[in-house]
Amino acid sequence: MATETRSQTAREILNEQGAPVVVFDHVKLAFDDKVVLEDVSFTLIKGHTKIILGASGSGKSTALKIIVGLLRADAGVVWVNGHRVDQMTEAQLMEVRNDLGMIFQEGALFDSLTVRENVGYKLYEETNMPLEEVDKRVEDVLGFIGLAEHIDKMPSELSGGQRRRVSIARAMAFKPSIMLYDEATTGLDPITATTVDDEIIKLRDLENVSSIIVTHQLRDAFYVATHMAARDRNGVVQVGPATPDKEREAEFIMLKDGVIIFEGDADALRSSTDPYIRNFLS
Amino acid sequence: MPGLLQRWLKAAAHEVQEYVFLTGRAFAGLFRRPFYRHDVVEQFDLIGFGSLTVVLLAGLFTGAALASQTGLTLDQFGARPVVGRLVGASMVKELGPVLTALMLTGRIGSGIAAELGSMVVTDQINALRALGTDPVRKLVVPRVLAGIFMAPVLTVISDFIGVLGGWVVARYQLQVSSSLYWASITKGLYMDDVWMGLSKPFVFGFLIVTIACHVGLRTSGGTAGVGKSTTASVVAGSVAVIAADFFVTQFFVGFIY
Repeated sequence: MATETRSQTAREILNEQGAPVVVFDHVKLAFDDKVVLEDVSFTLIKGHTKIILGASGSGKSTALKIIVGLLRADAGVVWVNGHRVDQMTEAQLMEVRNDLGMIFQEGALFDSLTVRENVGYKLYEETNMPLEEVDKRVEDVLGFIGLAEHIDKMPSELSGGQRRRVSIARAMAFKPSIMLYDEATTGLDPITATTVDDEIIKLRDLENVSSIIVTHQLRDAFYVATHMAARDRNGVVQVGPATPDKEREAEFIMLKDGVIIFEGDADALRSSTDPYIRNFLS
Repeated sequence: MPGLLQRWLKAAAHEVQEYVFLTGRAFAGLFRRPFYRHDVVEQFDLIGFGSLTVVLLAGLFTGAALASQTGLTLDQFGARPVVGRLVGASMVKELGPVLTALMLTGRIGSGIAAELGSMVVTDQINALRALGTDPVRKLVVPRVLAGIFMAPVLTVISDFIGVLGGWVVARYQLQVSSSLYWASITKGLYMDDVWMGLSKPFVFGFLIVTIACHVGLRTSGGTAGVGKSTTASVVAGSVAVIAADFFVTQFFVGFIY
């Protein structure tokens, strides 16, 4: 009974605005002699965006994989939605992953399944939801992301940008409250990248999804941080410049050799005098 | 040199440990939910029905060649009429199971290693895990079940077709009458032979598929790694089949016969 009350309290706290949904506390990870994360700590607040910047090999993607439990940290504590994932078994992690959507580099779509089967994968395979409801949800999600006409195509028939958007649709189909984007726009042309950025913004602002974005594409990072989505009077979704308060909800982290060398909002990043950051931004 | 040997032994022991873990998890996956029925049916079709042509051809020509070769040798002892006994016993006890298994290693082992290896290097396995699916239950368990149960079925078909191929040669090349050929086969086969011939493919099917899954899931190094895994799967699978054939035979000779 006491445990039930406590977990209920934890759920209530996590449902409040300003609740910490992901906490990285002094996390360390090394592969043999190569240190990937030396001592990394940060907190993602519910409904906010954390943008992790850094050069290739700086440990950005590794941090995301630790959050999902695909990699296990050597030391430190990782909390996700009130669960201490660094101590969980693979079977226990399945429950945590029900509320986590991850977009992999290159999309990682299942190439033997159609777009419909990819997007509805978790609902078809891992839930007891009736097939008609799953089909409806898949069609809704693909409509939201603007790819409804591609529902019966195979991933190989899609362009790079479309594959990334299908990947986002697959991650959002089961309505997770946290989305993790691993280089979601890398390798895309600026116009296609902006369409992917818009989907990230829409999910965050219209579905109240907390996001961690790993990228080294500065243009996309600043675009997501400085824009917001809202519905106009006719219900049409518009993406435009963010209000100052909304801008402050997006926080940047700069990783260098497994250590955080900067943490702050877009303005603070732009005005940083650190030579490495200046060089990265130039 | 001792350092090199030590590293090699450590790597080999680690590989065996990982293989045992995977087979253990696959075994445990048989008894826990979720159970992916559609994938099991799909794999039975791919591994079983999909391998039928290659197994039929291999069995037919092996039986025919066996009859042709042994016919010449038996002639030296004036024993041509017992060619059926030799073809039947050889196909059922040894050639049927082993050649079917080697064909399956080439066709199924390589395919599984390449498919799973590609899924690893394109992050599809990680995507499965992130979506809450255990890759062992989704990918390994259906393949292992199909391997274990379809290898014996294919072996029985191969045995029959091999004996039929032998009959064609015996009847039309060696001029042995059909009744003599078939009577010789039934006289020369004992139930212990049949049990041996039926037991082997269960072991071979398990080995081929588990080795291919293990090698495929441990792929690294991009597309070049997928190629290496495919080769390793076929080589390790073939050696395992031939080694297991020896040990199963020894077991039957020592304890059953």
